[in-house]
Amino acid sequence: MKKARKTALALVTGAATVGLVLTGCAPSGGGDGGTTSDAITDEQREEALNTPTDLTFWTWVPDIENEVALFEEQYPAINVTVENVGQGLEHYQKLRSALEAGEGAPDVAQVEYQYIPSFVLTESLLDLTPYGADGIADDYVGWAWNQVSPNEEVWAVPQDVGPMGNLYREDILSEAGIAEAPETWDDYAAAAKAVKDETGSYISNLGATQAGQMIGFMWQAGVQPFTYDGAETVGIDVNNDTAKEVANYWTELIQQDLISVDTDFSDQWYQGLANGKYAGWLTAAWGPIFLQGTAESTSGLWRAAPLPQWSAGEQVSGNWGGSSDAVLATSENPIAAYELAKFINHDEESAMKLATEQFLYPPQLSVLENPDFIDQESEFYGGQQVNKLFADISETVDTDFQWVPFMEYVYSTYEETIGSVVAEKGDIAAALDEWQDQLVSYAEGQGFTVE
Amino acid sequence: MSQSPALAAERHPTAPARRGNANKRRQNRAAYLFILPFFLVFLTMLVIPLMYAGYLSLFESKLIGGEQFAWFANYIRAIQDSAFIGSLLRMGLFFIVQVPIMLGLALLFALALDSGRARGAKGVRLLVFMPYAVPAVVATLMWGYLYGPDFGPLAQVARAVGWGTPDFLSAGNILGSMMNIVTWEFVGYNMIIMYAALRAIPSDLYEAAEIDGAGQFRIAWSIKIPAIRPAIILTVIFSIIGTFQLFAEPSLLNAIAPDAITRSFTPNYYAYNLAFQNRELNYAASIAFLLGIVIAVLSYAFQLATERRERRALTETETPS
Repeated sequence: MKKARKTALALVTGAATVGLVLTGCAPSGGGDGGTTSDAITDEQREEALNTPTDLTFWTWVPDIENEVALFEEQYPAINVTVENVGQGLEHYQKLRSALEAGEGAPDVAQVEYQYIPSFVLTESLLDLTPYGADGIADDYVGWAWNQVSPNEEVWAVPQDVGPMGNLYREDILSEAGIAEAPETWDDYAAAAKAVKDETGSYISNLGATQAGQMIGFMWQAGVQPFTYDGAETVGIDVNNDTAKEVANYWTELIQQDLISVDTDFSDQWYQGLANGKYAGWLTAAWGPIFLQGTAESTSGLWRAAPLPQWSAGEQVSGNWGGSSDAVLATSENPIAAYELAKFINHDEESAMKLATEQFLYPPQLSVLENPDFIDQESEFYGGQQVNKLFADISETVDTDFQWVPFMEYVYSTYEETIGSVVAEKGDIAAALDEWQDQLVSYAEGQGFTVE
Repeated sequence: MSQSPALAAERHPTAPARRGNANKRRQNRAAYLFILPFFLVFLTMLVIPLMYAGYLSLFESKLIGGEQFAWFANYIRAIQDSAFIGSLLRMGLFFIVQVPIMLGLALLFALALDSGRARGAKGVRLLVFMPYAVPAVVATLMWGYLYGPDFGPLAQVARAVGWGTPDFLSAGNILGSMMNIVTWEFVGYNMIIMYAALRAIPSDLYEAAEIDGAGQFRIAWSIKIPAIRPAIILTVIFSIIGTFQLFAEPSLLNAIAPDAITRSFTPNYYAYNLAFQNRELNYAASIAFLLGIVIAVLSYAFQLATERRERRALTETETPS
């Protein structure tokens, strides 16, 4: 399980850490934007794949060499060098430095969904439509595809996703007299009270500074906090009424001391998951495997369920985390580079390997429909088919969620405005206003038109 | 100089009157060669980047619209930036509270070790100095664990004695917690500077004082401390620089107390976050430059103040005699 934990950690920290991203200064218009209008012909592809070529691939997915080996086996002329330059923020820092310097950037790079717009803004990514990326759109769950292709262009190939669900300690909940996972958020609040009164545990923990989780909750509630037109216009709407409803829900639970607000992914938090301080974790599809490594001693006691819903009978979820592989506009071998990004995340064998060996939660329908994957029973979850559950959840994620091209700033101001308020059990909805103000003034200061 | 010393020497190899001169030149040349490696690194790694940062700080860049020359617009923005001013004030408070404690402890240890009365002085000296050998990163991680509210030993002890759980990492306490870390790290370093100065005091002064009937405390107060004044001043100046440049501590504590450590907790950390989170490299450069200026001014002002005081003290002691 060590490997699983490492993989999941890689994902989580990428998704969870507040992105700290190096950049040079302003967009210097590196590359030529990569909007070649003519589609690549089969002959061109054939030629490119049979010409000896060296590609560089920056990613922090552990052991991805195994998938790359499959690619090299199929296209012996192409030699791929995999480089891990750091994870999450470090990776982006180096990527932006290389792009700014005009040399040293890889051909293919891992990019988390929320950071794609920031690279689109600097015209650093190659539009993959002329290379045939449109043709594989239907092989992925719709919302994941929209993440890499919010408009006409396709900027990357989806690698993994994090539709959100509810992992909980069945033993603690039944001790509190709760037989099934709470179906609605109201039920969840009632359950939180019962759990706290009967067992002393918190039903779950809301990481004070964890923007990814909160944004996931907003996503589920149908909030559209961010939009970006791919050029100079952004929409920022983090404090609308629905967002405030979500905020008030959590404020209330936190103020009644029914939800703890420890910093997540800290030692203290790991311990809390393992020793029953938290009776659950509202997390993403990469969570189940991650938890197995963190709370080994509680194997068999956990169960998985969909997120509680805002209205009974509904089934909607949000997403937290996940990555794609993009081709850089500076690549000298764009055809081969695209084929690599596509192969890793599209070839059935490779995608299946990613899902079952690296434990990345798949956006590929081929894997989500593969019985070897979804019928897997997990001992840690009392024999439940956790993959299948999350496959069903994945279909309920709202498809139109977008990001702004400065998510690093969004996350860091989240810590400042919301994080400190959550930690002090204050009014989260009021903090949303503050967050909104800071984001708008930053965006305007950077020259964006804010809608 | 238009000619290199070497060439000049070769041109007049036999002129006896110039031999002394040539010798000196040869020595000079050797001296220049010896310091050349330092200057090369100094120039390429410090002066040139510094000039480049200064150049960058005069531009304004936006994600949309790119870069343009803006004279001192970034500096004007910085002196009105409450986050920057706030971080400077926070460090000012840090300096006023933490530095006297740290230097006081350092002086105490140095005097105790120097008195020769403490047993196992060598061992103690090493122990006190050891934290300085621990990198700031490791020290902060270690203290971060010690401060932990659930599993940190400090909290566990406090709970065991019934004091409740102290929250060292809350927004209100984090500055104090950080002062403690920095004190722990640097007491030994400052102690060594003072101790070395103490060892350089000629011991006949003590003998004379003892004959005059002075006790150890009197000797420490009237001879030792005045004698190592320059060393103490040096440690204060080091502390001014060190305090205003704090970076590793806030950036690591941010991981365990993200709600308490703001992006602008210290000026250096603020500059870093501006550059790498806000993508405002040019503004970050001007913040860094301003910080440099603040440190230089404070250090100089301190030095000036102590010199003036010394001069006054000197004239005062001279006039009665």
